[in-house]
Amino acid sequence: MSDSQVVVHGAAEGAHHEHLPYQRHHFETYAQQSDATNFAMWLFLLTEVMFFGGLFTAYLIYRNWYYPAFVEASHQLDIRWGTANTAVLIISSFTMAMGVWSAEMKKKGALVFFLVLTFILGLAFLGIKTIEYKEKIEKNHVPGFHYSIQSFLNPSSDPEVHAKNPEDKPLPYDMARHTEIYFFLYFAMTGMHALHMIIGIAILGFMIFRARADAYTTGHVTFVENFGLYWHFVDIIWIYLFPLLYLISRH
Amino acid sequence: MSAPHDKDFESIEEHEHHHHVVPPRIYITILLTLLVFTAATVGASYIDLGPLNPVIALAIAATKMILVVLFFMHVKYSTKLTKLTVGAGLFTFLVLVGMTLSDYWTRAWGRW
Repeated sequence: MSDSQVVVHGAAEGAHHEHLPYQRHHFETYAQQSDATNFAMWLFLLTEVMFFGGLFTAYLIYRNWYYPAFVEASHQLDIRWGTANTAVLIISSFTMAMGVWSAEMKKKGALVFFLVLTFILGLAFLGIKTIEYKEKIEKNHVPGFHYSIQSFLNPSSDPEVHAKNPEDKPLPYDMARHTEIYFFLYFAMTGMHALHMIIGIAILGFMIFRARADAYTTGHVTFVENFGLYWHFVDIIWIYLFPLLYLISRH
Repeated sequence: MSAPHDKDFESIEEHEHHHHVVPPRIYITILLTLLVFTAATVGASYIDLGPLNPVIALAIAATKMILVVLFFMHVKYSTKLTKLTVGAGLFTFLVLVGMTLSDYWTRAWGRW
């Protein structure tokens, strides 16, 4: 680490006196450096789009095949938790965008404030998700050996959900078994999304310490900016998960 | 190599060109719009519109995504390279998903 810094320093003294201290020696200008980093971040996000795209495609195909199972299984989700989490994530995207703005304006206090807010909202999202997962675990709606199709063979055995969806008919055994695919995809998609949130929250924690040490408020905002792109991307995944899992099968 | 003062001028100009700072006013507008769209999509899910329900939900989701990408993710103010990358990525994604789904949904065509 210290070796490379010496080299950069030497090169900078040779020809480029005007270089900013955070400009790497292999870039002509700082603008070129931030463009290249931004481009790289977008390429990474596109691989993420393709990754989640596979899950979304699988969901749409199975929903089309086993439509009655997917409709009744999705009635197990509580639209209020889903809506609350959508609002939490959208607000956290806003606080993250304000964090990027604070870094650009070199406002250290505001940057730390918005990063902490984003961190808390991220935890709130995971907290709500935990409540939802806990309910699925209690009802044995987690795919596996203990998976129970009772709620779908006999909807009135699940009074809370049945009261909200009185038109739900008992499913034939074969179709009821396919609800397990719905929950498999539900856990795969929201679980992958939650994993991205956990990684994001860990990086946010690191950034809060670095921001307090003035790392992002001296003109070099690339890290905050690119993390912002990641956080907004995770928000966009949820923007699609919410209608697909919670909303479109209500009738 | 140009004279030092030319280069300084050029780098300052480029710097300003690439670092368009989006004002908080825009972020607040986008936040409120996204929350309104969220309320709209939840409201629409309570009305039975038959096959239109998923269409409306996904159209609202796409609108929200476009707002996030353009403003929160700064693509509206980015270089042509970024715009092209995002556009090409979205296009490739739609081709892959569209082709896969049209295959699955037409396999039993005319046999039901």
